[in-house]
Amino acid sequence: MSATPVRQLAFNEPTWLDTLAAWALALLWILPLVYAVWTAFHPAEYSTRFSIAAPLTLDNFRRAWAAAPFAQYFLNTTLLVAMILAVQLVLGTLAAYAFARYEFRGRNIAFALVMLQLMVTPDILLVENYKTMATLGLVDTLVAIGLPYFASAFAIFLLRQTFMGIPKELDDAARVEGAGAMQLLWRVYVPLARPVYTAFALVSVSFHWNNFLWPLIITNSVNARPLTVGLQVFSSLDQGVDWSIITAATLMTSAPLLIAFLLFQRQFVQSFMRAGIK
Amino acid sequence: MSSTPVGTPASHSATRAMHAWLMLLPALLLLVAFTHYPAVSSLIDSFFSTPKGSRPAVWVGLENYQTMVDDPVFWKAVRNNLWFAGATIPLSIGLALVMALWVNERIAGRAFLRMAYFTPTVLPMIAVANIWLFFYTPQYGLLEQITGALGLPSHNWLGSPSTALGAVTLVVIWKEAGFFMIFYLAALQMLNPSLREAAAIEGASRGYFFRRVQWPLLMPTTLFVLINAFINAFRMVDHLFVLTSGGPDNASTLLLYYLYEVGFRFWDTAYASAITVVLVVVLLGSTLFQFFVLDKRVHYK
Repeated sequence: MSATPVRQLAFNEPTWLDTLAAWALALLWILPLVYAVWTAFHPAEYSTRFSIAAPLTLDNFRRAWAAAPFAQYFLNTTLLVAMILAVQLVLGTLAAYAFARYEFRGRNIAFALVMLQLMVTPDILLVENYKTMATLGLVDTLVAIGLPYFASAFAIFLLRQTFMGIPKELDDAARVEGAGAMQLLWRVYVPLARPVYTAFALVSVSFHWNNFLWPLIITNSVNARPLTVGLQVFSSLDQGVDWSIITAATLMTSAPLLIAFLLFQRQFVQSFMRAGIK
Repeated sequence: MSSTPVGTPASHSATRAMHAWLMLLPALLLLVAFTHYPAVSSLIDSFFSTPKGSRPAVWVGLENYQTMVDDPVFWKAVRNNLWFAGATIPLSIGLALVMALWVNERIAGRAFLRMAYFTPTVLPMIAVANIWLFFYTPQYGLLEQITGALGLPSHNWLGSPSTALGAVTLVVIWKEAGFFMIFYLAALQMLNPSLREAAAIEGASRGYFFRRVQWPLLMPTTLFVLINAFINAFRMVDHLFVLTSGGPDNASTLLLYYLYEVGFRFWDTAYASAITVVLVVVLLGSTLFQFFVLDKRVHYK
């Protein structure tokens, strides 16, 4: 009898070979980041020489910050990400509620049309969307960067799945108390779906913080450029490539997400998982 | 109508339908304006010429597609993209699975391992590409220092047509594997623990347990990850802007990057529309294939 738990444990236990390989891969995986941190926090002459004696410095960050309007870029990205998320959540909630709790003709077709966006993402429809923005006179604005992403098929899908899992008895109970459809949505459905909202928010924020191609095309001035585009403009200027400064700028732009990730690792991982399972 | 409860006026369901459409309206309008309309108008524009100055667009039939067929750079981009997809999809999914299997067990330093694997995912591609650029740089770069220390000859990884595509592919595998790991990890943690106990009692080897129990049960996850990896293979081009600009001599260009060049460097919007149509067809076609063909073979619980 006592042999079973021992065998079971042995069955679970990875061998030393697994541990070794897993660690080797992990070190390889964070090597580029470690390397970047080294370069950014040391004087330029140490960027390829590794020595314990190398002095630490914040000078690279100071010079990078002064060399380009990063404050404006940070502001732009923050506003952009917040705006996109807010609109996505409002529109996504309304649409998901309609799909989950209403019977109407054309529902399946409408849902299929929404799901189409999961495959044909706005990322590849650059040319036509640029024309549309030009017609609307929105080129080089934050709104233009966000517009193609405001209606998110992913948000609608995720929330619809969640809403469908909420017992209908709660509806009836609230109705008896005289709650209207909007009150029901706001008081019953939204609070019960809170973990899904968090999950979607993390996914959306990290996607749009990192998005590059569409913002690159639709912006052409400091006023609307997000961090990613600003970083690219800055590092491709080619004024005698100073790697330490470029690396410092690189870390600076990734820092908010990176720090948030390291602090809230568990929530991040769980959110991505939750977003993927549905 | 049969689902309408007895005693409820027919107008009630009409009101509810109207409410539903009102709630859908904002999202649907935006989706139509920025997803469906541009997809359709790409197709229409691809049959017209590019308007230049005072010259409006005129109907040219299949001329843009003829240009495409005769365009060696387009075919280069197609070949590169197929190679890129063929390398990134299996390698990032395979690595993701191995990572997830490790992190799912009680391995030493599990939290650190999970963090190390997942970190590349949260960083902006444009930022990490800068780090990799320095990594690959001739003479100074870390890679050169390592190969130099081993006595290997110096090599310009991004500047040689033979290695440029491989070098940019590696960056994407590095970035994607940790992301896919999360989905496998989630699926593994939802597997019934009694399966494992049963296998242990039966004396099954780990390899056997994986092949006969875990892998089949992970099939839905694999399909989900596969679709994602496929779509990513045709839309992940940010790193090219930093690393190679598609060069040298288009050796590392991909379809979406070429689309960007045609549309926004050469301003040949009509030809760019034709390339957009190709991308839309590839993504739609493959997804339909995956849903209707692969999905049927996947074993669901």
